[in-house]
Amino acid sequence: MTSKILRALVYVGAILTALVLAGIVGYILINGIPHLKPSLFEWTYTSENVSLMPALIDTILMALLALALSVPTGVGAAIYLVEYARSSSRFVRAVRMTAETLQGIPSIIYGLFGLLFFTTMLGWGLSLISGACTLAIMVLPVVMRTTEEALLAVPESYKQGGFALGAGHVRTIFRCVLPSALPGIVGGVLLALGRCVGEVAALLFTAGTVAQIPDFGGQGIFAIFDSCRTLAVHMYVLASEGLHMDETYATAVVLLILIVILNMGANFAAKRLKRGM
Amino acid sequence: MSKSARKEGFARVLFTLAAAISILAVALICVFLFANGLPAMFQIGIPEFLLGTTWKPGSDMYGIFPMIVGSIYVTAGAILVGVPAGILTAIYLSRFAGHRVASVLRPGIELLAGIPSVVYGFFGLMVLVPFIRATMPGRGLSLLAASLLLGIMILPTIITVAKNALDAVPRSYYEGALALGATHERAVFRILVPAAFSGIMAAVVLGVGRAIGETMAVVMVAGNQPVIPNSIFDGVRTMTANIVLEMGYAADLHRGALIATGVVLFVFIMLISLLFSAIKKRGEER
Repeated sequence: MTSKILRALVYVGAILTALVLAGIVGYILINGIPHLKPSLFEWTYTSENVSLMPALIDTILMALLALALSVPTGVGAAIYLVEYARSSSRFVRAVRMTAETLQGIPSIIYGLFGLLFFTTMLGWGLSLISGACTLAIMVLPVVMRTTEEALLAVPESYKQGGFALGAGHVRTIFRCVLPSALPGIVGGVLLALGRCVGEVAALLFTAGTVAQIPDFGGQGIFAIFDSCRTLAVHMYVLASEGLHMDETYATAVVLLILIVILNMGANFAAKRLKRGM
Repeated sequence: MSKSARKEGFARVLFTLAAAISILAVALICVFLFANGLPAMFQIGIPEFLLGTTWKPGSDMYGIFPMIVGSIYVTAGAILVGVPAGILTAIYLSRFAGHRVASVLRPGIELLAGIPSVVYGFFGLMVLVPFIRATMPGRGLSLLAASLLLGIMILPTIITVAKNALDAVPRSYYEGALALGATHERAVFRILVPAAFSGIMAAVVLGVGRAIGETMAVVMVAGNQPVIPNSIFDGVRTMTANIVLEMGYAADLHRGALIATGVVLFVFIMLISLLFSAIKKRGEER
């Protein structure tokens, strides 16, 4: 008797979760897909076309810049932890503790910090680069943790093989260890990318909300000091203005599609990692 | 020194520096947050700031007690909604689901984890809020709406961590229970769940951390009145919402008070992560 009740409870819980998932995704898709008009993808944003194209380009620029900063750092830190560190040292414990701390800090705190440090103290203003640096710190622990796991999963024999062939430590890391950990690292990078794409609170006061692509043609590299809004920020602004609901749904669809692609990529990478073993 | 030895040394220094970045980042965040928040807190007066119930930046009154209570209420609501469903789903995925169902549900939950919080917020605004407005008292933008939405948002965190804890229980526990004549359900609930208890608690604490730090989704559905709510149908403002709503135009002491709100939030998060590591440690000792 109790067995039946318990079994029913478990099924109810699982069905509830599945319904919520299907409900949210289905609702956004049904309301958004009909409004995916060509005008949404025009090159410049006006209050008439409500184009999401500038925001989409900004998202790509922002995410690439953030990853360009955080991936080398995160991978380097993970290499240090796995290949060089003695786990007993105080420095290593501090690194692990602070990485865990960073992981738990909510994005609004990153936004506040970015505002105080990059935007105000360094005088970068509301800009692509302020936003990207803020995001880079935010996703650093994600890259570090996934890379560390991937490196730990590499069989010791690969490394020994490298040493036996007379390669130095650095050469062994780059030629024997990193290549076989690559799918895992890619998975982590895609996870980090997903967080960059979806982030709003950390960007509102660091990158601002200007709906245009930084003018790299006119200002060259200094365009990184232009304010810009990513797709998620764009959607937040649209939703809080409340004037363009159809376009907001459509923007949500584009965001969802991006996230699905990133998730599929990460899963694919994880499978590759397993098969490679 | 030979050329290759220099190269090795150089690489070692680079990797060490990369590792030091995370220490540097936490140090910078603490310094900047506290250096900009604490002076404002002292100027307002710590009891007035933490326990004051009036938030009126226009007349220089900065009491964030309603926001602290708001954050706690919303988080508690999210736990009530998300934890039972999350743990049951974790149990289902770990011990009940067939291969085919699991292979659909698992990526679904990953998707749920990846959906940006604005999309959740927008869904809440367009679906939950109108539904609450139509069927219950109040304007819909409410503690209830925020709790439901956050409850959904913490589901993937709770499911993933709790499932990992359940999966880690040795097979022999389950087999032993069956050998003693327990049914599948009884073995799962009486043996596996207690054995995975510390992992499940860790999942709940992680969920608490996510819920208390969530910003955009809450801002969109909670109503944001800086008053302690009287019922679940009243609007509520969390600490995160307080910062994001007013930071855009705040200046001087007002700005300081918002950063100080961030400091209080930061302290809450630190306490939660301490609790998390304590639970994890206890789990490892057992």
